[in-house]
Amino acid sequence: MKITEEMVDYISELSRLELGSEDRARMAGELESVINYVELLNALDTAGIEPMSHVLQVKNVLRPDEVQPSLDRELLLKEAPERDAESFVVPKTVE
Amino acid sequence: MNELLRLSALELGRKIQTGEVSAAEAARASLDKINGSELGAYITVSEDWAMTQAAAVQAKISEGALQSPLAGVPAAIKDNICTLDVKTTCASKILGDFHPPYNATAVDRMAQAGAVVLGKTNMDEFAMGSTSETSYYGPTRNPWNRGHVPGGSSGGSAAAVANGEAFYALGSDTGGSVRNPASFCGVTGMKPTYGTVSRYGLIAYASSLDQIGVLARTAEDCAGVLDTITGHDVRDSTSLNIPADGLLAGLTGDVRGLKIGLPAECFGDGLEKEVGDHVLAAAAVLKSLGAETETFSLPLTAYAVPAYYLIACAEASSNLSRFDGVKYGFRAEGCTDMADLHKKTRSQGFGREVQKRIMLGTFALSTGYYDAYYKKAQQARAAISGAYHAAFEKYDLIVCPVFPDTAPALGEALTDPLKTYLSDIYTVSVNLAGLPGISVPCGFDEKGLPIGTQIIGKALDDGRVLNAAHAYQQATDYHKAMPTEGGAQA
Repeated sequence: MKITEEMVDYISELSRLELGSEDRARMAGELESVINYVELLNALDTAGIEPMSHVLQVKNVLRPDEVQPSLDRELLLKEAPERDAESFVVPKTVE
Repeated sequence: MNELLRLSALELGRKIQTGEVSAAEAARASLDKINGSELGAYITVSEDWAMTQAAAVQAKISEGALQSPLAGVPAAIKDNICTLDVKTTCASKILGDFHPPYNATAVDRMAQAGAVVLGKTNMDEFAMGSTSETSYYGPTRNPWNRGHVPGGSSGGSAAAVANGEAFYALGSDTGGSVRNPASFCGVTGMKPTYGTVSRYGLIAYASSLDQIGVLARTAEDCAGVLDTITGHDVRDSTSLNIPADGLLAGLTGDVRGLKIGLPAECFGDGLEKEVGDHVLAAAAVLKSLGAETETFSLPLTAYAVPAYYLIACAEASSNLSRFDGVKYGFRAEGCTDMADLHKKTRSQGFGREVQKRIMLGTFALSTGYYDAYYKKAQQARAAISGAYHAAFEKYDLIVCPVFPDTAPALGEALTDPLKTYLSDIYTVSVNLAGLPGISVPCGFDEKGLPIGTQIIGKALDDGRVLNAAHAYQQATDYHKAMPTEGGAQA
């Protein structure tokens, strides 16, 4: 499959990345080479095979519903690039 | 080199228990070795913390309150495993000086057993690579030859153990990241069955494949460390609730009657002859010890790498969405709104390989391509797992190479990214199927670089894998070789 720079723009938008003009061309080439290679899987007949998302047959792991303390707020906030006394601070999101 | 540093972790642990060596002496010797080293095995060395731990552990040992076989033994931790006391970077700019608000469960368990943590080891950024060259903090060098890579992504852990800069180290293995550097650096590297060691506090790359593992000098040391860190954890819902220790106690060194299969597909095109010959020679040693060996066909091997990269990158694209410049780590400057903040932070904070894998994963999960790529890869995964299940109906263990060649020169792998992906062919299926696998040193090539043999078992048969590696190490000396200061064999 051909990966165009327009596709790279679309995928980078979905990925919340922005590439410089030089990087766009290089990324298109590198992605195309990997994607063409993984298309090798098309030679494998997978009709009727259930997709496997996980190796363990563990489902709905439950625990007793007991109240336990959360991590300390200050401990969590202290790593933020920008914060106030009780929350993370981000650029304005609502006009 | 200080002769203390040549001991295995368990040998040192015994000397500490008998009082022949103190925990502080051992930590000091390791720290001196690290401080004089130019390998770049560590991102952060925590000298003060190490000496504080050594003093506390020694006090408990002297009171007789701590009898773990690894108490007081200096160890290293890969820098994608969270430590409350030391910054955790994942070898990425985006995490900056992140100080986790908690320890990973494996780290807590090591601490309870009296481990003395020396620092955090270098790796490929977000564990995405097989050379440790994509680290934001610069590459680690191979202790056997400074012009070569140590493997990856747990390259710092492997180089540290090989060079006497730690007695053992934790690593993580998503597609070979413990076994590959173990083979390149001539140490023993065990990736246990998926679900046996809690992933709580392991910064996720691909959650359905990631597993914490151990790099050490011997299979016995690996068993001792796994006895410490294995076990059910309510904080990891994929952690198995099964009996957890007894690996070390179970090492008999007896492999008589074991049926070992050698997959023909792993000894064909693309494998360096020297590597293949050494791996076959290792299988012959196991045979001489009473195991039966037989070549067989393991189908679907060719599909493992494409299935692995699609699944790993898809999971990574989701896992790495948490790095948004809001909660921790790096934030780009001059952002006008949230989308701008995310894009600038992630583009400036992630390295090229990480960005590429996020984009590949996003593509495979995107509308119109999901069925053809991601779902197809999951179906291939089921088929590959099935092929292993079938093989283990006939064989107790599988023996094959870890990597097609010995350690490449620095920079070599970066020039041909696709070829580098293809080289993961012998390691990725073990993760796709959730199996235990170990890399055991089995000799050196003409350049003097180490070669590893891989032993793979069925799920939860970690004890048998370790025991075969132990039997091999009782009969051979390759695991005892250590590099000299200049980077050659001693």
